[in-house]
Amino acid sequence: MSARGERFATPVLSTTGPVFQPASALDYIPRTQLEQLQLNRLRAVVERVWARVPLFRSRLDELGIVPEDIRALDDASRLPFTVKTDLRDTYPFGLFASPMRDIVRLHASSGTTGKPIVVAYTGADLEVWSQAMERAFAACGLHDGDIIQNAYGYGLFTGGLGAHYGAERLGATVIPISGGNTDRQIMVMRDFGVTAICCTPSYFLHMVDRAAELDVDLRDLPVRAGVFGAEPWTEAMRVRIEAMAGIKAFDIYGLSEIIGPGVAVECEYQDGLHIFEDHFYPEIIDPETGEPMPTGAEGELVLTTLSKQAMPVLRYRTRDITALLPGPCPCGRTLRRMRRISRRSDDMLIIRGVNVFPSQIESVLLEMEDTMPHYQIILTREHGLDQIEVQVEVTARMFSDTVGALETLHDQLADAMERVLQVRTAITLVEPHTIPRSEGKSRRVIDRRSS
Amino acid sequence: MKVTQLSIFAENKPGHILAPCRLLADNGVDIRALSLADTQRFGILRLIVSGWQAAANLLEEAGFLVRATEVVAVVVPDHPGGLVRVLSAFEGTPINIEYMYAFPFAREERAVLIFRFDDPDAAIERLREAGIAMAERQELFGDDLFGTEAAR
Repeated sequence: MSARGERFATPVLSTTGPVFQPASALDYIPRTQLEQLQLNRLRAVVERVWARVPLFRSRLDELGIVPEDIRALDDASRLPFTVKTDLRDTYPFGLFASPMRDIVRLHASSGTTGKPIVVAYTGADLEVWSQAMERAFAACGLHDGDIIQNAYGYGLFTGGLGAHYGAERLGATVIPISGGNTDRQIMVMRDFGVTAICCTPSYFLHMVDRAAELDVDLRDLPVRAGVFGAEPWTEAMRVRIEAMAGIKAFDIYGLSEIIGPGVAVECEYQDGLHIFEDHFYPEIIDPETGEPMPTGAEGELVLTTLSKQAMPVLRYRTRDITALLPGPCPCGRTLRRMRRISRRSDDMLIIRGVNVFPSQIESVLLEMEDTMPHYQIILTREHGLDQIEVQVEVTARMFSDTVGALETLHDQLADAMERVLQVRTAITLVEPHTIPRSEGKSRRVIDRRSS
Repeated sequence: MKVTQLSIFAENKPGHILAPCRLLADNGVDIRALSLADTQRFGILRLIVSGWQAAANLLEEAGFLVRATEVVAVVVPDHPGGLVRVLSAFEGTPINIEYMYAFPFAREERAVLIFRFDDPDAAIERLREAGIAMAERQELFGDDLFGTEAAR
């Protein structure tokens, strides 16, 4: 511990910009070596799921693929895709490739219906995850001696514990404050001398606004970095966050189905996210045809876990739209970069880090009414916090001449929405024929969160 | 007697009461009484019109959300205590007034109260027992005030 502390103790290191950190060593592995490692691991993962997971076995059999067919990395494109519904259909444990006695952790994420998606980790998986998160923090210029306020939610959500273990492994001091209670967050940030924070970008913007109300100027505090993820955000938000809080804001990417946070992260150049390719094999495909796209072309990100034991996933379709950036990064990492996620290929919405599907909203409306009323989803950002409003056209069946009946209907809808979506939802009852009719589902969503 | 009232859903936004009223005016429908219930979120425009069925069809065809409800019209002398006498009739009964509104009756010194009861039939019986006059269409308002289907 003391040896590690001394390594970064000299002030010179922190004033001369980025320094090589041992935690990042794997990020600089020569490409040929990396690709050999990826191939070995890819073959091993195909072998593992072929032998242990019936769903993958039957899909591989259908395509006539045996593990020995994986001779080059390009062969990955012959493997079958995995989609979110596969995880839901095999709820809760159907995709596990390890016996329960080897599984030391379960997490769960929200699904498109009431059922969550369950993900599992062996001890070795947790080790890989912690290491990926450690490398992610290191890429953001954090090291031992840093005081990291972890405001990702702790619990079934992978954000909290994923960041926690990575930060501990880095040797940083972790404050496991979890999400919420903004005033306390600001007090802790100020009083504990916090140097880095992780949470969703929208929540941090909320903290920035609240700090201003409390007369706390974040620019005067030691906090110098933010590691923000679990929802898509924009360059404009980064500019705002960095100016208002006096920090560098880094984008981190991950998803529970693959491991949690720590799949990819920005480095000090903040120009694309380096994918931890030794553990997660990325491909970009055309979301319509499923065909692989060339480097640089925009398409859907597909990930294969290369090291996971408990729940390996072949070619998972993330529905996130991005591109793999050509050319090396000036930081020297050999890990390829992906452009920050701008949008999704399906209709999933991410609101305050929570996944919301229009189909969930429809299920609530259908539960209350026999026929689907016309509705529209409006997303806004107030004080940095995502807000969701569902406008519902009142139908003859819903309408009553008494105020009380309509108020009751409104409250029931709002409560049911919150129960299903796990996000407080504003319901607005609107007049018939006032919501534009359209063919596509996407038109039902108006996203005004551009600031 | 029972009268048919039309209720129209309106968002709580500028101009949203105008549209249905203009439609009725353009089609010669006479609004005899109205009340607007409003909350922060929405409003309900309640109307007593001449020829309610035709008016309802007009509104529905134009895309408005309309509901026809039976309300009870009661006549009271237009002087202090007139309303209290009616309300007292329900004291100690389980009959609940959902809402009510009033309009003066021009021809005589009388006012008409419009009541929405949870149980209109029980309310009418109670009013009869208490000797309170309900509005009789022909006697009070002429033929068409409450429309042809309003008489009971």
